Amino acid sequence: MSNSTIGSRLSKKKNSVQSHYDRPNTLSSGHRACQGCGEALAARCAIDAAYHATKGNIAIVNATGCLEVFSCVFPENAWNVPWMHSLFGNAPAVATGMAAAMRAQGKNVRIIAQGGDGGTTDIGMGTLSGMFERNDDVLYICYDNQAYMNTGVQRSSATPILARTATTLPNAVYAGNEVGTGKNVPEIAIAHRIPYVATASIANIKDLEEKVAKAINIRGAKYVHIHVPCPLGWGYPTSETIKVARAAVECGMFPLFEAEHGKVVGSTPIENVKPVEEYLRLQRRFAHLFSKNANPQAVEELQKIASANIEKYKLSGGIANV
Amino acid sequence: MLFQLEGSQAVARAVALCRPKTVCAYPITPQTHIVEGLGELVRSGKLTDCEYINVESEMAALSVAIGSETAGVRSYTATSSQGLLYMMEAVYNASGMELPIVMTLGNRAIGAPINIWNDHTDAMSVRDAGWIMLFAETNQEAVDLHIQAFKIAEKVKCPVMVCVDGFILTHAYERVDLPTQEEVDDFLPPYDPHISLDPKNPKAIGTMVPPGYFMEVRCLAHKKQIDALNVVECVGNKFKEKFGRDSGGLVREYNLEKAETVIVTMGSVAGTIKDTIDELNQKGGKYGVLSIVSYRPFPAEAIRKALKKAKKVIVLEKAFAVGIGGILFQEISLALKNTKTEVKSVVAGLGGRAITSDMIKEYLNHKNHDDMVFLGLNKEVIERECRLLDKGSCDCKSSF
Amino acid sequence: MSKSSNPFAIVDDAGTSRANKTGSWKTMCPQYVHRMPPCNATCPAGENIQKWLSLAQEGKIRKAWEVMVNDNPFPAVMGRVCYHTCERACNREQFDGAVHINLIERSIGDIALESEWKFETPKEHSGKKILIVGAGPSGLSAAYFLRKFGHEVTIYESQIKSGGMMRYGVPRYRLSRAVLDAEIRRIIETGVKLVCNKRVTHLKNEIDNFDAVYIATGAFMAAKTDIEVKGNSCTVIDAVDLFKKLENGMDMPNLGKHVLVYGGGNTAIDAARTALRLGAESVKIVYRRTINNMPAHKEEIQDALKEGVEILCLSCIGMIDGNNVLVNKMDYDEENDILSVSGEKDIIQADSVIFAIGQSIDEGILDGIDGIAVSEKGVIEIDKNMMTGAKGIFAGGDVVPCKRTVTHAIGHGKKAAKCIDAYLNGVEITQNVKPEVANFKKLNTAYYKKVARAEIQKNQALSFSESDISLTERELIGEAERCFSCGNCFHCDNCYGLCPDGAIHKAEDGTLEIDLEYCKGCGICASECPCGAIKMTS
Repeated sequence: MSNSTIGSRLSKKKNSVQSHYDRPNTLSSGHRACQGCGEALAARCAIDAAYHATKGNIAIVNATGCLEVFSCVFPENAWNVPWMHSLFGNAPAVATGMAAAMRAQGKNVRIIAQGGDGGTTDIGMGTLSGMFERNDDVLYICYDNQAYMNTGVQRSSATPILARTATTLPNAVYAGNEVGTGKNVPEIAIAHRIPYVATASIANIKDLEEKVAKAINIRGAKYVHIHVPCPLGWGYPTSETIKVARAAVECGMFPLFEAEHGKVVGSTPIENVKPVEEYLRLQRRFAHLFSKNANPQAVEELQKIASANIEKYKLSGGIANV
Repeated sequence: MLFQLEGSQAVARAVALCRPKTVCAYPITPQTHIVEGLGELVRSGKLTDCEYINVESEMAALSVAIGSETAGVRSYTATSSQGLLYMMEAVYNASGMELPIVMTLGNRAIGAPINIWNDHTDAMSVRDAGWIMLFAETNQEAVDLHIQAFKIAEKVKCPVMVCVDGFILTHAYERVDLPTQEEVDDFLPPYDPHISLDPKNPKAIGTMVPPGYFMEVRCLAHKKQIDALNVVECVGNKFKEKFGRDSGGLVREYNLEKAETVIVTMGSVAGTIKDTIDELNQKGGKYGVLSIVSYRPFPAEAIRKALKKAKKVIVLEKAFAVGIGGILFQEISLALKNTKTEVKSVVAGLGGRAITSDMIKEYLNHKNHDDMVFLGLNKEVIERECRLLDKGSCDCKSSF
Repeated sequence: MSKSSNPFAIVDDAGTSRANKTGSWKTMCPQYVHRMPPCNATCPAGENIQKWLSLAQEGKIRKAWEVMVNDNPFPAVMGRVCYHTCERACNREQFDGAVHINLIERSIGDIALESEWKFETPKEHSGKKILIVGAGPSGLSAAYFLRKFGHEVTIYESQIKSGGMMRYGVPRYRLSRAVLDAEIRRIIETGVKLVCNKRVTHLKNEIDNFDAVYIATGAFMAAKTDIEVKGNSCTVIDAVDLFKKLENGMDMPNLGKHVLVYGGGNTAIDAARTALRLGAESVKIVYRRTINNMPAHKEEIQDALKEGVEILCLSCIGMIDGNNVLVNKMDYDEENDILSVSGEKDIIQADSVIFAIGQSIDEGILDGIDGIAVSEKGVIEIDKNMMTGAKGIFAGGDVVPCKRTVTHAIGHGKKAAKCIDAYLNGVEITQNVKPEVANFKKLNTAYYKKVARAEIQKNQALSFSESDISLTERELIGEAERCFSCGNCFHCDNCYGLCPDGAIHKAEDGTLEIDLEYCKGCGICASECPCGAIKMTS
């Protein structure tokens, strides 16, 4: 069946790791993520995929953040794989050390570093860039929920323009987060010409798994950036995590693409491009853009970003239905 | 075998003899020559099976070492001054995770004002970070302490920082006796990690610890350090047995049997002081020197024992805590509490200011010492600047 | 390393988080449910369409057929003549076109016939005897189910051949007689005693020999009209009579070149298309209301128009005078359904006029039986268990109030059989509470890919051979795969794969189970279930 479900009783071969009855469950139950946490889901999917692709020969370093805190509070560890946490901004460097140690010991253990957007695009940027530049044998996975959620939803460099966070509260003068130039870390990764860069979404688990599985067995530095909606921080019902993720992909705000050695080599086309407004309206963090006195230009600004993505990554032959 | 070597090169070769599997390099004066030396040893094939990683910051340097150590291999890095502060978060992290990393600290002042020359302010900034901290007096001692450091670290399950005075030792050419690889291999067996990331036995390392357990973790860290006093001493004795040099242990005593006044200090300045008191003692002086080798764990008991005959103790140190005074001084005072020994504080050699024999003699010639003295200070500058200070004036009263 | 060697609170063993039972967080609780798929909900024969589609997806055609004939012994016939309310209800209609259920049913029915799959003959015998009057869809359906229950069944059929309206109401270009005969034969072979050409005039005389009776005589009497006919140059005939003559091989009336058909139902369409096949040059349907109000099915109307049939709407035949047919033009107030003569008139030349304005039942059979009531609308009144006012006498199909389609008749036959069986066993039929229907809003269609509906391939030639062509097995599987499986889990594993808490377990056989010890009640499983088979409850 051509349906994009996680599994299918009709075509067992093409089914995702997540549909396997004996999937690794690298992140097991009992973790303390909020209800409907996109990051918890993405982490299990990504690490399960890596586990599957390496027959379990992985070890992980986790930057400080939601994922680290909810998955491992002594004496309860949710991980079923070797896992460590060091600091907020040093996960890529720790991973470099792990990879070097494995190489020095002649062990074929694939190394993963992971963190949220804060740990990756802000405080971890230096070590991340260093790891990329040296082409260390590390897969870095960024779970991007677009703000510092662990500390209570403060702005990060991954926060979209005009979004409400605890440190970018909209009022009569300000309409949420500053309209800056943005920081596209996948593009920064591509600029390092590392062997593999990909974006992924929990709205497309099979794609996510394929990208992680591909990345984990490539030698050198790899970067996978996963869009993970956060019910608490973005303001939507816990049941709508996937719906919101899907909406982000379908409007072009979160383009899905792959790049190899500095060049974009493919993207996932959007079947039916939706206006960015449909995505924004699902979330309270953008509610002020639709209030009575809102400046309609604001939504336009966000639409511009989505439209630019669609053009840049060739996501659609058609024009966004705006 | 004897070599005439720059201190940094000697340290590099000593570290190489310990067969680290990863070496993280990031330049900072005055440590840089050490990692340069190691780089050369790796590239020339003299140090094999070692990953030499040029990182982008000190934060990364220690983080890489944390990663490699957690993945089960002996790891080394080196830094100085600002670099130590830049990796500060990782310094606490490495000890908290019980990772037996060995790091050389080429001691240097901390800015601002920026200053690349030697003092101990950098080391003092991490005195509570849970590392074992050893201070070398000579390049020979620097060599010997590095070899002992790996053994201590791996025995205690705690990182060790070997403090080597910047320039004074790191850039000084001295004669050093480097042991052979066989000797070091015999002294230091291959690393057997007590924790490691193993897919066959997955564990989580560095978990978040809630209030219900945190106090115990910290208390255990303290107990471990106290126990380490024994290990440091024991490894020092073993080293002496094997190599015939007394270059480890907790403290180094010099002429304490007859001394009435003992100068307590750390690092290379002990050499100058020893020369000075030799001169004075020949003229009938009763001076001794006590060098602290193991600054952390702090050997209070050994110090008390060594100083039990002293009437007066002068703590000469290359760092101080602004707003309170000498740091080692406070710790020595604490060690000597409930004794009648008089303890005085001398702060010297900050930012590379020379400590000369004459300065020391001049100080010792005074009958009555101030509680705290900055040695070799340009008093005119201080007096002039103090006059310009608006001494303690404050508007707070008038604002009511 | 043993557990005790872990440095305290620095290292922790794997998977120990399972001690933290996060299920206590939840305020809402997911639950797997079975909702009623709209296709099943609307099927007059009560077929479990979704189930057999699901089996067909897996390529299990025989099993699919078995599920089909569990509710309907005429899949090949139904696949041809059913007006498939299921497809109009199909949620896929709002997505990319309804699943072509009818065509799949037809195709599976054909495979069954080709493969000569048979019904099982009953293993046990109840010893009860039942008389069925009328071997139409309802009577044959009842016979089939009653045989399944082990009863002895006798059918009296007044016509020469069995099949009722399937034979005499549905032209053979829509339903091949070979298919019809084969499906009837399959029922008879289960041990039904069928007596054709036996008209029951006085049921009273028969009932003593049976434990129960099912009246399924249908509505075969042409409705009477008061249209004045002058002269005999124009052939005037009722559609049912025309079909009977045609089917029984009797002398056919001469319809001539220009034929008028009067009526707007499926019979009118069938009559018009039959007239074309009998050689008419022009066929016009005269209908009182607008084309949109025609009771005939849209597909049928379209097919007729394609074949060249003309439809004269808002027209009413006033008088037939020789070959001149007077047609009154009508005004129609659609909102209040009021027809009135506009005053405008038209004369149309016709060689023949076929009346297709409805049929009524033959009440004669009931003479002398106490308690059976016939309503004002001219149909037999029955209770909820399909029993007439006379004990042990049941009625169904076109003789009782219903929509008068083959499908409804088959459904009646099934229900009547169950009611008769319950009556004979002295038990009450318990009505199952019907689950809520899985409507489009209950689905998450993001997971379904758009796939074009399989359209019917048609024979172009105008003849009495079947115009529609069945799907091949591969084609029908492909079309079956389009089923959304509305309201019932089809093992897509979305819930299992998308639970952030790993709180859904999957067994090796694919069985899913929610682990309430860890489920935090986020509701992702329910909202990402494509088919609406998970419900959040508080």
